[in-house]
Amino acid sequence: MSAAGHASVPSPAGRSLLSIDELGSAGVLRILDLADHMAEVNRRPVPKVPALRGKTVCSVFFEDSTRTRLSFETAAKRLSADTMTFSVSQSSLNKGESLRDTIETIAAMGVDAFVIRHRSSGAPWMVRNWTQASVINAGDGWHAHPTQGLLDVFTVRSSLGRTGGLDGLRVAIVGDVKHSRVARSTSAAFRALGADVTLVAPRTLLPPVVDEPVTERLDDVIGDVDVLYLLRMQNERMNEALVPSLREYTARFGLTPERAARLAPHTLVMHPGPMNRGVEIAVDPAELPGAVVTRQVTNGIAVRMAVLFDLLGSGDPAASPAAGSVPSPVTSAEGAPR
Amino acid sequence: MTAEQPGGARPEPKRVLGPDDVRRAITRMAHEIIERNHGLDGVALVGVQQGGVWLADALGAEIARIDESGLGVPIGSVDASLYRDDIGMRPVSPGSVSDLRFDVDGATVVLVDDVLYTGRTVRAALDAVADYGRPRAVQLAVLVDRGHRELPIRPDYIGKNLPTSTAEDVSATADGVTIT
Repeated sequence: MSAAGHASVPSPAGRSLLSIDELGSAGVLRILDLADHMAEVNRRPVPKVPALRGKTVCSVFFEDSTRTRLSFETAAKRLSADTMTFSVSQSSLNKGESLRDTIETIAAMGVDAFVIRHRSSGAPWMVRNWTQASVINAGDGWHAHPTQGLLDVFTVRSSLGRTGGLDGLRVAIVGDVKHSRVARSTSAAFRALGADVTLVAPRTLLPPVVDEPVTERLDDVIGDVDVLYLLRMQNERMNEALVPSLREYTARFGLTPERAARLAPHTLVMHPGPMNRGVEIAVDPAELPGAVVTRQVTNGIAVRMAVLFDLLGSGDPAASPAAGSVPSPVTSAEGAPR
Repeated sequence: MTAEQPGGARPEPKRVLGPDDVRRAITRMAHEIIERNHGLDGVALVGVQQGGVWLADALGAEIARIDESGLGVPIGSVDASLYRDDIGMRPVSPGSVSDLRFDVDGATVVLVDDVLYTGRTVRAALDAVADYGRPRAVQLAVLVDRGHRELPIRPDYIGKNLPTSTAEDVSATADGVTIT
């Protein structure tokens, strides 16, 4: 039962968003430009468009999440797609059903996109092989969380009022890079747009190989960055003795009032949430003029709308123009001014 | 129109209107808009992304020039791509972000597009405008009506009626109108 057969003709495998690297620079820009449209929809009194009527989006979360799952479901609903939620605690996984059987069973109900979060790195790539539906990686292990990376660069781009890329922007990503899929995807997204990313972390919280320049001294870079990106410091890391204590971590890597005073006035302060107040961020973000943490959450909806529309609404660029009865020149001239 | 049609050699483009013809058509349409609405009270122009935006700007400039009050009319633009009925059937390239900064409720919205063809873009634009409010009336102004309607949509202001075949492309800019 590999083909979920509600269509008479086998459709090509769905397009998927699994990582920023697979998306590429052009893809990142395409999503950001679409997200500008979606942000405008979200500013309206009735923030809903009919674009994905009749499509079904299923979130399959094997790990706890509130904000990402709610953000995706809100995004799908604002595009008029139907949503289904598969939560592990109420599922047949507790009866021993495999991931593959779970996916194939849900796919047989007629799902156009899976939004999947899984504790194992690479799980969404396996899922992609099992279904014709589009697959969106909403976080796999320590590996990738591409929509977080996209919403982060979208937030920076719109906060700076830029269009196009982020050439020359100086970004510091601070904290537990090793265990952070957010760090990997956000850094990849910034670099895809031409920004310069520096990782700031103790050696114990860095992966063995990184592409970015690294420093252990936040104080060396904090005055020179355009974006200060703080990662969540998880308490479990203390138990693994990767940092001596949370107080020590805050003293060396936290955004303290002293460090906040050294930030340039234009520097944006970002955090993927949930925040450990008093640990990585020891000031009230509401009092930081450059803090865009709530804007990140708001923008997450627009960016996920853009991703869903890009995958489900745009048709397959590789396919021939669909349906011979439809005359292709139905839009206005591309060459016309604006 | 879109330059994506596959195929080999195309016939020479045929110039139907020159820049002066386009300018005169815009002037006439601007007068017609004022005449039909007994002035400009509540009238707003909304260009349909992407091809209608320049025409809405040009009509707006012309209206401001000829209207004795000198106040002009609000000009906005709407991107209809999220409202199309062929979503998922072909690649979509949205225009710029919709920009409607006036109150649509109670306004007389003149939708403006460069070329009217199947009517499907206009249908999508009507839905898009309705999401911003309830206009008192919606009218349609196009520079070229090339026929082949697939929906019951009829323009109120027409620059030029231009019978075409479906195999042809029509391009309408301030520099003129050509058939390819």
